[in-house]
Amino acid sequence: LIDGRRAIELVGRYRTDQVVVTTMSSARAWPGVSKRPDLDLPLLECMGKASSVGLGIALARPDRRVIVLDGDGSLLMNLGSLVTIASLAPANLIHLVLQGGTYDISGGQPTPDGGRVHFGGLARAAGYRQAVTFREEEHLDQALPALLRSEGPTFICLRVNSMWASGEMPEGGTLRACAVVQLSLAGSLDPGRSLP
Amino acid sequence: VQLTTGALIRTLKQSGVSHLVWLPSAGSGPLYQSLRDDPELLLVPVAREGETFAVALGLIVGGMRPVVWIESTGLFEAGDSIRGIWLELRLPLLALIGYRGYWRDAPGQDSAATFLEPQLKAWGIPYVLVSSDDEIVRTLPELLRETRGRPGPAAMLLAGSYEP
Repeated sequence: LIDGRRAIELVGRYRTDQVVVTTMSSARAWPGVSKRPDLDLPLLECMGKASSVGLGIALARPDRRVIVLDGDGSLLMNLGSLVTIASLAPANLIHLVLQGGTYDISGGQPTPDGGRVHFGGLARAAGYRQAVTFREEEHLDQALPALLRSEGPTFICLRVNSMWASGEMPEGGTLRACAVVQLSLAGSLDPGRSLP
Repeated sequence: VQLTTGALIRTLKQSGVSHLVWLPSAGSGPLYQSLRDDPELLLVPVAREGETFAVALGLIVGGMRPVVWIESTGLFEAGDSIRGIWLELRLPLLALIGYRGYWRDAPGQDSAATFLEPQLKAWGIPYVLVSSDDEIVRTLPELLRETRGRPGPAAMLLAGSYEP
């Protein structure tokens, strides 16, 4: 298994100017590695819908790449979004799922499948252009730069340990982040800056 | 009440709506052919109604002007998206809601109808009810202007259906 924190660090290392939608555990860990907070959108209030929000941004801005940092418990709450995304087929969307098999936010109770679901298989069957699964950090490190540049929709499942996330939920929450990302995408905010 | 396809689609486009995020119902389904082939108003079909508000949020963040179109039953299903996205984020978004079970100028016995307006009131979502093409053409542009001019939700209840 990959340490979830290391997985997030690797995404942070190779991320350039993509919009990044986070939720639950990834929303706690991502601010510690992100160098572009003006393009970070943590979805804190509506578990399961990060993939749908990412889809909306990807459709609105086909000139920009969008990364969704999803969780397995979250995706199970919105499994139909795999079909919605695959059908609309945004080439600029990367859907990354950290699969630990537990609901970390509520204390580590197992998801209904206990981590057995093959999400990559589900995504491929739904019609994602490509779907890959990683269990080794080294393999992820080698493949990630190309995957983040690939024509999507791309699905990346990372088999991670459970209860990996630490840190607080992002200050200011989703409402403020929406305004910041909106301004940044419109070119009204300097790269890397945030609102005071 | 029978509504005609052209009035609604034309009014949405004239009002600058960019995307229609929807899940069809018996009332709205007959519009699919016209919407699918329309290059100006982009159709975003979803698998479950809760997705609509999240996709619309992403579209708005990306600078677009979407409208959501679902049926009352879908509104009930989408509860946490409505709470966490439409209401919490004060999303300036109009939703067209098919009023299943509205019959002879009143909600009928169908619980999808009897619970709809009380539910919207409980959430504090302002709404208008329309039942003719004329009302749609007259009301929709103003409602969209209002919704874009201030944060928060608005709904238009469509008490009619489209001819197959």
